[in-house]
Amino acid sequence: MKKKVMTVDDSRTMRDMVSFTLRGAGYDVVEAADGQQAMNAIAATKVDLVITDLNMPVMDGLTLIRKLRAVPAHRTLPILMLTTEADESKKAEGRAAGATGWIVKPFNPDKLVSVVQKVCG
Amino acid sequence: MDDLSRFKQTYFDESAELLAVAEAGLLRLAPGEVDMDEVNAIFRAVHSIKGGGGAFGFNELVAFAHEFETVMDGVRNAEIPITTELVDTLIRANDVLARLLAHAADETEAPAGTTDDTVAALRRFLGKAGAPAEDVAGVPPTATMLHPDDEDDEAGIFGDALAAIQAARDDRPAAASSGTIPEGTLRWTVVFRPKAELLLSGNEPTYMLRALRRLGEAEVVCHLDKLPSLRDLDAELLHLSWTVTLLAGPQVDRARIDDVFEFVADDCDITISAEAPPPAIIPPAEPVAVSPAVPVPAGPAAAATPITPAATTSGTAKPGDGAKRAGGAAGGGDHAGPTTHTIRVDLDKIDRLVNMVGEMVITQAMIAEHLRDLPPGQFQELLEGLEGLAQHTRELRESVMSIRAQPVSSVFSRMPRLVRECAAATGKEVMLVTSGETTEVDKTVVENLVDPLTHMIRNSIDHGLESPEERERVGKPRAGTVHLSAAHRSGRIVIEVTDDGRGINRAKVLSKAIEKGLVQPGSTLSDEEIDNLIFLPGFSTADQVSNLSGRGVGMDVVRRNISSLGGRIGVYSTPGEGSRFVLSLPLTLAVLDGMVISVGEERFVLPLTNIVESLRPKPADLHGLVNKCDVIMARGEYVRLVHLHRLFGIPKAIDDATRGLVVLVETEDGSRLGLVVDEVLGQQQVVIKSLEANFRRLDGVAAATILGDGRVALILDVAGLREMSRHGAGNGTGSSVPSPPSLPAPADRTDQRQRQTV
Amino acid sequence: MSSSTALAPVSSRTDLQSAGTANGNEEQYVTFTVGSEEYGINILAVREIRGWTPESRLPNLPDYVRGVINLRGIIIPIFDLRARFGGGPTQVTKRHVVVVMQVGERTRGILVDAISDILAIGHDAIKPPPDVDSGLIDAEYLSGLYTAENRMVTLLNVGKLFAGEHVDQDAAARAALEPT
Repeated sequence: MKKKVMTVDDSRTMRDMVSFTLRGAGYDVVEAADGQQAMNAIAATKVDLVITDLNMPVMDGLTLIRKLRAVPAHRTLPILMLTTEADESKKAEGRAAGATGWIVKPFNPDKLVSVVQKVCG
Repeated sequence: MDDLSRFKQTYFDESAELLAVAEAGLLRLAPGEVDMDEVNAIFRAVHSIKGGGGAFGFNELVAFAHEFETVMDGVRNAEIPITTELVDTLIRANDVLARLLAHAADETEAPAGTTDDTVAALRRFLGKAGAPAEDVAGVPPTATMLHPDDEDDEAGIFGDALAAIQAARDDRPAAASSGTIPEGTLRWTVVFRPKAELLLSGNEPTYMLRALRRLGEAEVVCHLDKLPSLRDLDAELLHLSWTVTLLAGPQVDRARIDDVFEFVADDCDITISAEAPPPAIIPPAEPVAVSPAVPVPAGPAAAATPITPAATTSGTAKPGDGAKRAGGAAGGGDHAGPTTHTIRVDLDKIDRLVNMVGEMVITQAMIAEHLRDLPPGQFQELLEGLEGLAQHTRELRESVMSIRAQPVSSVFSRMPRLVRECAAATGKEVMLVTSGETTEVDKTVVENLVDPLTHMIRNSIDHGLESPEERERVGKPRAGTVHLSAAHRSGRIVIEVTDDGRGINRAKVLSKAIEKGLVQPGSTLSDEEIDNLIFLPGFSTADQVSNLSGRGVGMDVVRRNISSLGGRIGVYSTPGEGSRFVLSLPLTLAVLDGMVISVGEERFVLPLTNIVESLRPKPADLHGLVNKCDVIMARGEYVRLVHLHRLFGIPKAIDDATRGLVVLVETEDGSRLGLVVDEVLGQQQVVIKSLEANFRRLDGVAAATILGDGRVALILDVAGLREMSRHGAGNGTGSSVPSPPSLPAPADRTDQRQRQTV
Repeated sequence: MSSSTALAPVSSRTDLQSAGTANGNEEQYVTFTVGSEEYGINILAVREIRGWTPESRLPNLPDYVRGVINLRGIIIPIFDLRARFGGGPTQVTKRHVVVVMQVGERTRGILVDAISDILAIGHDAIKPPPDVDSGLIDAEYLSGLYTAENRMVTLLNVGKLFAGEHVDQDAAARAALEPT
């Protein structure tokens, strides 16, 4: 079974890059353009990892993380936050919200794959 | 990063959309009521452009986007008040960003100083907001944001954890320093004791252990000593710890191992040590394949904590294993639950699909034609099946066409800015009202709408609307209104540009037309006819060429553009109340509404948009003119007859117009012709096919299509026919007459298009 | 325009035959008859051979441009080889054949009487065309002569064969200038 990764980003470019890189590494990738779409999709399909941007319309990444963590079934779901903000507060906030880890943009494909492997095998 | 370059196009496409979003938002931004959603959308647009730009190393662009974003952030947080000056600066910033993107796309350098003024302007707002402007200015924008040093950055957050790791490193056993380290290999011992709550952050120790295995040959021992009895077990808490012994090459350094525990460093105790492996333990070349669980003698660091090995997992990992995905053999049959609502498809692919559907339509028509000859009563099921197929084919065609459809909003959204500029340039006050933005039409049509609409709106503001003072004098509101609307109407899209200005000054138009020799002095024209004179080539009503409309481009060009898309344009005007330009276009350029006509044994398709009517003249309607040119009286005017069979050299055709039919056609400039044909076979939607792809352009022919019987029919170009027949009538233009060439001709450039469009 | 027609053609299109010679010494040619003569074209240029289907005429073109047909959704022109060589338009029957060729980026068909053979022809066996007065025969599109048993096969350079299409534009202009 391929692991299924969901990339949540309002930037198509970012979604494309994450999808392409991870598909190349053997993952299934599903996409969502904001937190709400991601919530809806996760309710309908099982994913093994969520990679989410933080700043998005409709529902931002931190809210998504909190909402997912509030669902018992998703308490241990790996969630990586994808961020250009290199500042500490964002990461600490993400951690407090329940993020598993983070990837700093810009990233290179190898880095992405290695981080993903680290949290979802 | 080479892998990323393939996303550049996506990035540029998306950025173009984001720029438009930002621009639309900025244009709506005004002092007073502030829509925070709008502000956020602008912020996000700039932010996304910056984010993607970073991935491709567009440093200047990212630096500038950062400045832009910082100000937007201030606006978002209500630290920077919205003023007209701010909005103007932001719009300018958006333009600069667009320029930088264009340079990035062209792989050229933006001229030095492109961003300077705008950056300075942006920073002034930060100063006003109370933020220390110097601070902002003092920070080289690229330094902190753009190239964050991963390691340092992460240390910043989990410094405590890294300190712990560092401490462990200092704890390094004597073995590392005392033993002789064989070149190329180190033995690492990692003791990993996560906190019980580790799982709740979504981290999974198994994967970290796997990650360690990817680094070399690993032996993993799991310690179960803290495991509670089953009754007390909480499945979400973790009670295990591990000791991993890793044999790894020199490429694996401490940072690589630390990196595995990057996200959990502060949720666990980790000790990491390295030593030269005792020769006895090192298997020289072959891996320790499924070696029995040998509790690894804990190193000094690990020995600090007593470990009771209770169960072991052991395994070996070849270096290449990391590339293969665990369980990949299962073969991903899991297609469940796609969450994307849109996909991006290459336009070529869609066009191929459109083509194939076109083929299907033709094939289906062909089958239908053959089946019509079958004896009635029999083959009932076959006929019913064909009926169903016809229905499905029609629906398929519509669905496929709708894939190419786009809302006109992508064009409409460019207009507010244009209006703003025009208003500023003319000193007029203008309100733009749009409606029907969601109306969908073929992508190619949308793209081709930009220029005509731009010109029409300019024209309305420049020529249509009065100055605020003049409007007040005549009792109108100071601000004029331009209404831009789109709607579907009988299989076409109709776009209207309406203004509440002064309307067309008919006396002036007429005298201008006469002065320019476009109209004979003394001719009597209806109001409608006078209004439509503005579409004649070389017509301009402005007393002096204005900055806006007078760029040598007139409404004639608009009409030509529209006409080349198979559309029509008309104007309706009421003096003192305003003008309405109505533009109608086919929904797609891939199919065309045509009238199939026959001449001799040939069939042709006339675009429906060109046809006024068809009639069978009585002998009394026909008049011979000198030069053997026939004219016909139709709708109160003399129209020149053009015998298609003469023009095209088609044998066995009807020459006598009273025995055939005359199709009254109109070219884009409104001039009419009577085409003499044998028969009108009927109206039909046809799929437009290129004649040029494998052959070349022909005079009087716009394109080709395939009819129901599989035969090719040419689609006629009415303007071209008129041109050809004009030469034929002896009123030739000044072009020199080529002497009959001998064969073969020189292999010239393939594209020799010199037909002049009138 | 007219002065340049006297100049020797300068072909810029891909010459399929010379491209084909790269691999080995022997090449395959599809040969066909037009009247009593036999012609060959490099098999690499041939896309398919199909029976005659009625064409749609194109206006104001020389008689060797028969018209266009629908080849599975694309529209290709058909050239009448007999007319091209000055033999007048072919009176087509069901036995006539269209050889569909790829010439550069374009697909086009030639109408011939019948396919006769596929020959493997060694490079050395190709004789240069005789030095004929260019006013008599357009030697440009002849790439060589080959003797198969007792027949002479004229090998054609398809790229140059249709270089003459550009003349059509002038022909069309000329026709348009004639009083209707």
